[in-house]
Amino acid sequence: MSSEALELGDDALIAAQRLAEWCASAPELEEDLALANIALDQLGAARLFLSYAGEADGRTEDDLAYLRDDREFRNCLLAELPNGDFAVTMAKLLFLAAAQKLRYDALAAGPDARLAAIAAKTRKETAYHLDHAARWVVRLGDGTAESHRRMQDAVDALWPYTHELGERAAWLALVEPVLAEATLDRPADGWAPAGGRDGVHTEHLSYLLAEMQVVHRAHPGARW
Amino acid sequence: MDDALLTQVEAAESDLRTAAAARLAASTFDEVIAADQKIEPRDAMPEAYRKTLIRQIAQHAHSEIIGMQPEGNWISRAPSLKRKAILLAKVQDEAGHGLYLYAAAETLGVSRADLVDALLDGRQKYSSIFNYPTLTWADVGAIGWLVDGAAIVNQVPLCRCSYGPYARAMIRVCKEESFHQRQGYEILHTLAHGTEAQHAMAQDALDRWWYPSLAMFGPPDADSTHSERSMAWKIKRFSNDELRQRFVDMCVGQAEILGLRIPDDGLRWNEQRGAYDFTAPDYAELMRVIKGDGPCNRQRIEHRRRAHAEGAWVREAAEAYARKHATATVAA
Repeated sequence: MSSEALELGDDALIAAQRLAEWCASAPELEEDLALANIALDQLGAARLFLSYAGEADGRTEDDLAYLRDDREFRNCLLAELPNGDFAVTMAKLLFLAAAQKLRYDALAAGPDARLAAIAAKTRKETAYHLDHAARWVVRLGDGTAESHRRMQDAVDALWPYTHELGERAAWLALVEPVLAEATLDRPADGWAPAGGRDGVHTEHLSYLLAEMQVVHRAHPGARW
Repeated sequence: MDDALLTQVEAAESDLRTAAAARLAASTFDEVIAADQKIEPRDAMPEAYRKTLIRQIAQHAHSEIIGMQPEGNWISRAPSLKRKAILLAKVQDEAGHGLYLYAAAETLGVSRADLVDALLDGRQKYSSIFNYPTLTWADVGAIGWLVDGAAIVNQVPLCRCSYGPYARAMIRVCKEESFHQRQGYEILHTLAHGTEAQHAMAQDALDRWWYPSLAMFGPPDADSTHSERSMAWKIKRFSNDELRQRFVDMCVGQAEILGLRIPDDGLRWNEQRGAYDFTAPDYAELMRVIKGDGPCNRQRIEHRRRAHAEGAWVREAAEAYARKHATATVAA
């Protein structure tokens, strides 16, 4: 099985699941639309990557999404962290979309024709996600005193989890200018939790999967 | 769904264009209505017409927004990735419908912010149907088939409503809703023809959503407070009972194909009327739900208030940033 396809598929699936939790809870109607739109893109990417990842041993996208336990998921820890407030969600999206963009760009030019085709599609969507998150991080960072404080707190809390995302220099080159424009401090590097790629997750993932898989697992073999 | 309904949407769209091309010069409100032309935002209109439309369009917009909750409740648990994607797209469309409708209401001289306040403090209503809970995955199918189906039967005639901005919004909404209704029907069809447990889940959903869907058409004609004037002004084209009958007649054949039983012992074909006889919904229950005592009224409005309150700092930040940015641009 392509471990790359599985990692990217799981990142996108778990991100979609978290973003969709915002449904009908966003700060304004326009943002409800935008978050659903981004969740839908992430879900679409997940389906393409997971379908490809499962092909080798005859497993479908649904087999991989609904019938694996948390020890078998390969998503980065960042994606599974709870949504928190709107600042946390936007910081998560900025950090993840920047990493997704770099990986999709590399794959689109890579040797695996199938992965290249998928990445050629998903990279366009990711550019939109990155732009959307960056604009909000700037707006919140350079908005009111309260939004600045919340945005800085979010960036500080999530920063350790970004070390797992890979390609650090290129990633920093995408993220640092956004933080600067948002008048936010770039946190110091230090604690660097990891393990998602090996299936060693935070305590959050099992709850997320329990909810996601409950109906599917209650009806083994059923069609939907 | 009934393809004849979609054909009516297309015909209404073409009427709108014709009406715009043949716009009478300097006609009075009554002449415009009599000639089946459209009233547009800058036209003079009776204050009561304006108020009725604001109430109806706002209530319609609120229904789209509150309606995101019962279905949104199942996005995280949708049993396949394909169904999850379809449901997410549907809920996203509903937010979009809310936006068109608030924009249509704003052409009547109110602000969206005021309408949202009126929803949050209970001065304006939303559709009674969204005060029922979604208890199983099959409810998502039942909402698509029955609730969206009833909404379309209600809304297709509004594509010909005398107020231009509302008629145009309804044309866009109906096209998307008819798509949602097909998807809901397909969910139920798959369940009804699936395992025994899935079939039972589908039947249970139909049992719970049938009468609340019939009640969506409002009280019986004899008790409908706004009907007569709305019909004279060509906001409304058919009575509540006429639309309810049309909906029942449409659903019976569809339920047969699903292999599900409509939960009404009184349902039978009436040769003389050329329509189905059916048992009316419990209108006392409808009134209780409209007044705020349905199963989820408190939960739905509480959720909306909480989202609004928790988002306040984000909206303030966006405004503060925009102000700074505008000042910076002027200074530069």
